Amino acid sequence: MTSIKSTAAEMAAALSEGSVTSVELTKAHFDHIDEVDPAVHAFLYLDKEGALAQAAEVDAKRQKGEALAPLAGVPLALKDVMVQKGIPTTCGSKMLEGWRPPYDSTVVTKLKNAGVVILGKTNMDEFAMGSSTENSAYGPTHNPWDLTRIPGGSGGGSAAALAAFEAPLAIGTDTGGSIRQPAAVTGTVGVKPTYGGVSRYGLIAFSSSLDQAGPCARTVLDAALLHEVIAGHDEKDSTSINAPVPQVVKAAKRLDVKGMKIGVVKELQGDGFQAGVLSRFHEALDLLVDAGAELVEVSCPTFDYALAAYYLIAPSECSSNLARFDSMRYGIRVGDNGERSAEEVMKLTRHEGFGPEVKRRIILGTYALSSGYYDAYYGSAQKVRTLLMRDFNAAFAKADVLVSPTAPTTAFKIGEQVNDPLAMYLNDIATIPVNMAGIGGMSLPCGLAPEDGLPVGFQIMSAAMKDDLMYQVGGALEAALVSKWGGSILDKAPVLAAN
Amino acid sequence: MAAISRDDVAHLAKLARIDMSEAELDHLAQEMDVILGAVARVQEVAASDVPPTSHPIPVHNVVREDVVLPSLTPQEALSGAPAQAEDRFKVPQILGEE
Repeated sequence: MTSIKSTAAEMAAALSEGSVTSVELTKAHFDHIDEVDPAVHAFLYLDKEGALAQAAEVDAKRQKGEALAPLAGVPLALKDVMVQKGIPTTCGSKMLEGWRPPYDSTVVTKLKNAGVVILGKTNMDEFAMGSSTENSAYGPTHNPWDLTRIPGGSGGGSAAALAAFEAPLAIGTDTGGSIRQPAAVTGTVGVKPTYGGVSRYGLIAFSSSLDQAGPCARTVLDAALLHEVIAGHDEKDSTSINAPVPQVVKAAKRLDVKGMKIGVVKELQGDGFQAGVLSRFHEALDLLVDAGAELVEVSCPTFDYALAAYYLIAPSECSSNLARFDSMRYGIRVGDNGERSAEEVMKLTRHEGFGPEVKRRIILGTYALSSGYYDAYYGSAQKVRTLLMRDFNAAFAKADVLVSPTAPTTAFKIGEQVNDPLAMYLNDIATIPVNMAGIGGMSLPCGLAPEDGLPVGFQIMSAAMKDDLMYQVGGALEAALVSKWGGSILDKAPVLAAN
Repeated sequence: MAAISRDDVAHLAKLARIDMSEAELDHLAQEMDVILGAVARVQEVAASDVPPTSHPIPVHNVVREDVVLPSLTPQEALSGAPAQAEDRFKVPQILGEE
């Protein structure tokens, strides 16, 4: 019997054997969303009509015996950074309030072609800048484990939707950890594929050399199934990799790590990491050893500089990318009284349309790119990027995958770090190096921290286009953990009910 | 590296075409000083013999066949426009008086 708590793979099996229809499954999810989302606020927009029509179409095709993709009829939540034709897309910003994109992103096209039912758009930090979803212009999302805490960011809406059983699958995007850190603090699975593995066409750009869309789910296998739907070369994205998609579903099902070398990154487990995060991380390492893997310590000395380099490169690219929000062609326009010049209207609109974090990063990026400071800041950061890639290359020569805790702490309280940008940036200390080098990264839950009972994330990193290796290790570790716990970690999450 | 002043921030805001209130400028100048202090440490390891990386995966010019593909209709392209007239984007004046 399938329910909203089933995995996507179980839902797909129930749909294909005919024990449930996609319309029934979709309605069940909307009913649950209506019940719990007033408290969680994972969604910014629900497309009930469109989703039910899509579900009915899949059901009709199935009834006619047409061949369907593996996830056909399974519902999904879409991060609001990804454009979907005709559906309000805000990117968490007032700047795009009311905008309905005239085209589909490649990810959405692939989801539609695979019959995946898109329930609606999920909340996020404005333009994907943040680690808590508190920077959304539409109010924060609440962590289903404790509604007074953050769900991570920027993709807190997608992660919270999974943890609250509002959807079995979600799409996230990850520029410095925005898929993996929310997964870590909500007890869910999130994967940042190799840069270029999933098309960026229709993904509203924040930092183009770092942005990467990826799958979010409640299990490693579900993430792999979604990964194979959205990945692949796209002519519409010139940075898309023209090579076969790694066989991640097969890898997730292997459940075998015998003889694999797991590189434990020395620099990502010391100061600043919560004790309970480290203890659960080390227990997970023991399970990998029990399963026949070999641990090797690797050192990546430049990681200590990754955060600093990221906060120059990402704002620099953002200051350029967000120049497109000029109030001329789409988005809001403020102060156009027939007297003011285009430039004055532009300045008023950007004052009104952007929130504090976005302004902070645009100003920082404008500074880092300005003549006289370019070499010292942006230029130096690009060199650090080279050094980070050398560190990774050396580490991958010793190990098949690298591992670390995903985030230094469990979920913190809403409002706790909002006035301290530097403290907020530290949440991404373990996830950022992956984006800087363009490699793959996954977070999966490895337990609850003893001191606060909140989920801890385990990060697995794999070399570029070796995404299958992180799925292989992730799948095996998850199986060992679930067998130890006697069930999914989300079984321990509080039950949310309508108030 | 020299500390960043409130006037510097005002100039950057002008370059970035963002109107800022006095309070915003004061606040941001303080924050920028702290953030720049933290990120400036990239200079410690950025030796002159290290080449810069702008992109993680080597890609070269990507071109496609020069053929006409379906694109947005004028109505679709203008569907999000704040103002439009005669199938065009309507914008405030871009040139001042002579």
